Amino acid sequence: MNTPDEEEVTAEGGHGAVPVTGVETGQGEKPSRRTWPLYEVFVRGKRGLNHVHVGSLHAPDDEMALHNARDVYTRRNEGVSIWVVKADDITASSPAEKDPFFDPSADKVYRHPTFYRIPEEVPHL
Amino acid sequence: MSVAMPETDERVLETGFDATIAADQRIEPRDWMPEGYRKTLIRQIAQHAHSEIIGMQPEGNWILRAPSLRRKAILLAKVQDEAGHGMYLYAAAETLGVDREELTEKLIDSKQKYSSIFNYPTLSYADIGVIGWLVDGAAICNQVPLCRCSYGPYARAMIRICKEESFHQRQGYELLLAMANGTDEQKRMVQESTDRWWWPSLMMFGPPDGDSPNSQQSMAWNIKRHTNDELRQRFVDMSVPQAEALGVTLPDPELRWNDERKAHDYGEPDWEEFKAVVAGSGPANAQRVAHRRRAHEGGAWVREAAQAYADKQAARKNEARKAAA
Ligand SMILES: [Fe+2]
Ligand SMILES: [Fe+2]
Repeated sequence: MNTPDEEEVTAEGGHGAVPVTGVETGQGEKPSRRTWPLYEVFVRGKRGLNHVHVGSLHAPDDEMALHNARDVYTRRNEGVSIWVVKADDITASSPAEKDPFFDPSADKVYRHPTFYRIPEEVPHL
Repeated sequence: MSVAMPETDERVLETGFDATIAADQRIEPRDWMPEGYRKTLIRQIAQHAHSEIIGMQPEGNWILRAPSLRRKAILLAKVQDEAGHGMYLYAAAETLGVDREELTEKLIDSKQKYSSIFNYPTLSYADIGVIGWLVDGAAICNQVPLCRCSYGPYARAMIRICKEESFHQRQGYELLLAMANGTDEQKRMVQESTDRWWWPSLMMFGPPDGDSPNSQQSMAWNIKRHTNDELRQRFVDMSVPQAEALGVTLPDPELRWNDERKAHDYGEPDWEEFKAVVAGSGPANAQRVAHRRRAHEGGAWVREAAQAYADKQAARKNEARKAAA
């Protein structure tokens, strides 16, 4: 730990200066108690739109997760419908967007409308 | 993940990371990132989250004493927003591989800190207005550029937060306008509060650029977009006409328009006081942390009860399923 004198501070984050030295990150540490599962939260902004991922929270069960999601993520009518999903139940493709997982669609240009050449005088196409 | 990886693979990954940053694109949670980048973000987001959570206290202090139902409802909504900001940010921090519960423990054990500004007490009701005007105003200056921060989950949390901050600043300013048009006593309260909060608000931007070696790396990583002094200057220039409209004097004899720079010159904050407050000898430091600890420990039985209920429900469902099979 640094003494207060040598502690380095800067304006990280929104409300200004905080120390940047002598701060533990807690990486790889496991909490001492059993903790609630992590839920990912998806909100439908209004009718006609898809649910969109907005963040996450912890809750003891599905129902509480839904209640907490309403309080945390829709305080100003940001949604008409909420999904909560346990993070552990989500199967995801691997990291980068350039990932081989997405390659099959990258080389299928014929899936895009611009692939097809149509004479200019043909309307509404 | 990177531990067992051959050196060359790691270099390939690093090149990819550098290219993403150079193209001003976002890094997402499952992307490879340098350890230093991850550590910097965890520290920054966690302490930012703590600041939102601790920031509820100075204002919460006045909820019961707000002078009307209208002001009470507004202040309650504002403080509730700050709780929400803390939650968005803890969620962003968790995508970097830390546990939320663990971060709370680090806060109440003082192993992680929060912004110095919340170590000042709220002595009068005018402080509620001045905090909205100056403290949330300074926060907006700091936070708007963070909406373009290179780490995706942090940038997205900041977009949500910034949308809500403008309500915070406007309700504060409107409150001050009401007082500034009120009795002489109320006018005096607004001036007195401005005198106390002006310098701490300037300190929210951190030490002068020359004394802020850490900022450079953060700027190279596109986490930080403007230097401390740039943001401070922006804040001063924004605040001067706002102070004029309120009819208050900003307590800085050196504050004046510099026509060459097309900006205001201003005096130097007392950095010794600043260091002492960040280090924890601020007027309200011990009180803030003790209060957070009390709230956390006092709420333990609620969390345990909710867990017990969830366990019971799960067991019941299991039995019903077995009986049906
Ligand atoms: Fe906030
Ligand atoms: Fe705020």
